[in-house]
Amino acid sequence: MTARYSIFSLVRNALSYHENWPEAWRSPEPKPSYDVVIVGGGGHGLATAYYLAKEHKITNVAVIERGWLGGGNTGRNTTIVRSNYLWDESAALYEHALKLWETMSQELNYNVMFSQRGVLNLAHNQHDLRELSRRVNANRLNDIDSELLDARQVKEFCPIIDLRTNGRYPVLGASLQRRGGTARHDAVAWGYARAADALGVDIIQECPVTGFRISNGRVQAVETAKGTIEAKKVALCVAGHTSVLAELAGFRLPVHSVPLQALVSEPVKPILDCVVMSNAIHAYVSQSDKGELVIGAGTDKFIGYGQRGSLPVTEETLAAVCELFPMFRRLRMMRQWGGTVDTCPDASPIVSKTPVDGLYVNGGWGTGGFKSTPGAGWVFAHTIAEDRPHPLNEAFDMNRFVSGYLIDEHGAAAVAH
Amino acid sequence: MLLIPCPYCGERDETEFSYGGEAHIARPKEPEKLSDAEWADYVFMRPNSKGILLERWVHTHGCRRWFNAARDTVTYKIHAVYKMGEKPPRVPKTDYV
Repeated sequence: MTARYSIFSLVRNALSYHENWPEAWRSPEPKPSYDVVIVGGGGHGLATAYYLAKEHKITNVAVIERGWLGGGNTGRNTTIVRSNYLWDESAALYEHALKLWETMSQELNYNVMFSQRGVLNLAHNQHDLRELSRRVNANRLNDIDSELLDARQVKEFCPIIDLRTNGRYPVLGASLQRRGGTARHDAVAWGYARAADALGVDIIQECPVTGFRISNGRVQAVETAKGTIEAKKVALCVAGHTSVLAELAGFRLPVHSVPLQALVSEPVKPILDCVVMSNAIHAYVSQSDKGELVIGAGTDKFIGYGQRGSLPVTEETLAAVCELFPMFRRLRMMRQWGGTVDTCPDASPIVSKTPVDGLYVNGGWGTGGFKSTPGAGWVFAHTIAEDRPHPLNEAFDMNRFVSGYLIDEHGAAAVAH
Repeated sequence: MLLIPCPYCGERDETEFSYGGEAHIARPKEPEKLSDAEWADYVFMRPNSKGILLERWVHTHGCRRWFNAARDTVTYKIHAVYKMGEKPPRVPKTDYV
């Protein structure tokens, strides 16, 4: 077991100028075979490994990652966590995740800086308002905290928002989830990596997967840059590359991989103490602990694996942000980037068995993967260990596109897919 | 900003165009005979190619005509555009993992 992080370990290490901290996780060479190989070392893959080891006592597990831990969408999102989804299936899944967020730092002994500062979803017209009130009511029926605010209450909750009547995007109201907020995205990957490693999981970085060995309809091994690794079960947590790996395994998925962009401003003093999202104009803003405004933009319309998008998308988002918050107009933007998100036609994820025995897929999270990290890992670990889905992810089977049981979350997913 | 060479108007900014997704999806000849799985394959399943993708664009704020493009989905380079009904051009194959 790795040494626990505490105030005492901090003081002890301060005395030696912080030069003797042990490595947070090992970097072993892959063994020839494992019970479970998880492809993808982002938040979802690492959380899956952790819950496999902790909840299901399966510790002969490897997480293999093409690049570095959390270097994909885990390190590229805008860190928003909430659970105010419309349909019962999604509400249950995201709320399960939110409950795990609330205890994550304690459980992992790693400060993920989860801050329940409240998430506002703005309504700019009557239709938005009706949709939001429908969603707020649906949330409350599902025991999820959710409130509908009128314009005056929005101004009270977030004073810097511009509510003059001549604004281009008038704010008529908003939904508020007070338990929603933000978390430190890298810390989530690192915390799960450290906790999984302590339970015996091997984490192998810089090891791209090049193929699968499948015989008699059952997966036998994973071909990687570091050689063939035999595995009784293989689990995919590869976000934007889900369909690429599915193709290597011989089946098709209904996902589109598109660039999703985000950017941060120069750091400023505390000015925004909540998360503000607007579906209609593709802008969402929060302020990081460093003081940077973290701004999420929309998706590009075309399929793209380049982890970068086009500037018109950024421009549109910034125009909207400046309209809502005129005081941000003089801020300079520091960095802009993109991630590759795999979106499903119904804006809901796929956490499912596949046509290949022993191969499982967790993907299609589109623009909402970060908030679901602990919940997705938890239900996916159950699906792998028991070889059948947990009631929480039963509805998110890939066969719903055949049966027609789609879970349309375009309204709650926030970014138009 | 992509510069997209419309086969009718020449190079224009990406913002003038709308995206139409994968090209050359054949509508089923006898739809009434399709199983649910075949319908799902036609309606939802896509190759989502990493590499060269044959896709449709429409020049919404220009000539308003549809055309096809062969675009690399990693570099975003447009290798060729061709009119609806034409055979796809030969483009160098890419191999990404």
